[in-house]
Amino acid sequence: MRYSAWAVFKQGLTGNKGWEKAWRSPEPKPEYDVIIIGGGGHGLATAYYLAAKHGIANVAVLERGYLGGGNVGRNTTIVRANYNLPGNSEFYSHSLSLWEGLEQELNYNVMHSQRGIINLFHSDGQRDYAARRGNSMVNQGDDAVLLDREGVRKHVPFLDFDNARFPIYGGLFHPRGGTARHDAVAWGYARGADRRGVDLIQQCEVTGIDVENGRVTGVQTTRGPIRARKVAMVAAGRSGQVAAMAGMRLPVESHVLQAFVTEGLKPALDTVVTFGMGHFYISQSDKGGLVFGGDLDFYPSYAARGNLPMAEHVMEAAMTLMPAIGKSRVLRSWGGIMDMSPDGSPIIDTCHIEGLIVNTGWCYGGFKAVPGSGWATAHLLANGQPHDSAAKLRLDRFSTGRGLMDEEGTGAQHNLH
Amino acid sequence: MRLPCPLCGDRDHREFTYRSVALDRPADEGWSDAWNDYIHLRDNPAGPQDELWWHGAGCGAWLVVTRDTKTHEVLGAKLAGES
Repeated sequence: MRYSAWAVFKQGLTGNKGWEKAWRSPEPKPEYDVIIIGGGGHGLATAYYLAAKHGIANVAVLERGYLGGGNVGRNTTIVRANYNLPGNSEFYSHSLSLWEGLEQELNYNVMHSQRGIINLFHSDGQRDYAARRGNSMVNQGDDAVLLDREGVRKHVPFLDFDNARFPIYGGLFHPRGGTARHDAVAWGYARGADRRGVDLIQQCEVTGIDVENGRVTGVQTTRGPIRARKVAMVAAGRSGQVAAMAGMRLPVESHVLQAFVTEGLKPALDTVVTFGMGHFYISQSDKGGLVFGGDLDFYPSYAARGNLPMAEHVMEAAMTLMPAIGKSRVLRSWGGIMDMSPDGSPIIDTCHIEGLIVNTGWCYGGFKAVPGSGWATAHLLANGQPHDSAAKLRLDRFSTGRGLMDEEGTGAQHNLH
Repeated sequence: MRLPCPLCGDRDHREFTYRSVALDRPADEGWSDAWNDYIHLRDNPAGPQDELWWHGAGCGAWLVVTRDTKTHEVLGAKLAGES
């Protein structure tokens, strides 16, 4: 059924008894054109665009848990396109343009809110870099405004502007950046894919990837073998285990990233603020909770929870930037499993096994990439050639050294991003 | 998480810096697939693995720590030079 204000009105008058399930729970068929391993944001978006844009609907999404139960439902919901380097720049720009039409496309309220993002800077050198990055963003066709101190103060007056160690010199404002309701993005894509005939199969763990004569032929699962001509591995933090089933090792190390949310507060913060020097960023959800996070714990982990030293570090950064935050109480914290690549940038590519697609390396930025990644992965599955926006997200860039996308300029090495 | 430094005993993990998975350095002098494997490719196991940690805020020793990535349980540590 189509969601609309009229549907809400009509259902409200009739006891809300007419709402249908948003998607089916089909039994797996013995064969599909395409199998997508992973029912998170990227996998569901891939399935949706395959069906909606390429007419390939004989597709199964295999999810070992429940749809959207991984990082897409565990992140801090930031959507932005403020990258500096070719490769990332056009990819995230394209992704943001998809975000902007997403609710109409999916007929689903993903609560995409372009409330803007401010990246703070604290020195002349950082201001120069912010100006340069802003120019890159503008050249890409996106938006960026260099704010001085007073410009930042207009948006967020309650920061500690005269902090002794990190006085605020200004910020790079990205007005089209913002947030979205993370679960809704997964649900919207899931519903859209299901309506177009894609089978979303939950509680179905892939236990093997079948390869014959260098070609992928299907997968083994806890619900029996399923054949397919093409298989996409879209398992984010679990990419390493999935790729191992195809005998592959990936340039990925899985780390834990923690995030935190406070009790609901009255509206105080109407934009996203990042405090890079403190490894801290914050926004306020529509429910009122302050949603914030920091840096990785910096050791490999699949625990989906971190350790207290990083929690303490994030709280200290919060107090440094925004002393008023000390009055609010933290409601909960959690950790996600980040598929960290050596240069901190993602991979969407074919590999030496024909028909097998690698989608990984999203590091701590996978949420905003969901539409762009789904679009590009679907394009690669359908056409065998990368989409223009993702042509530089190559798997071989580490072995060749060509086209590395190291935004931080620290080196393409695992422990540096 | 506490790491058992063979020289200092159990210490808070804040004293240590994780460097990488403990891997054997390739013998080849020039660039080769072995170097690509060593620098970039990872088994990335969900379970026990050997890791290099540096006790920078302690004795300065390099350790090989065996740690379970699913539970953060530390299963042992020895000096890197002894492995």
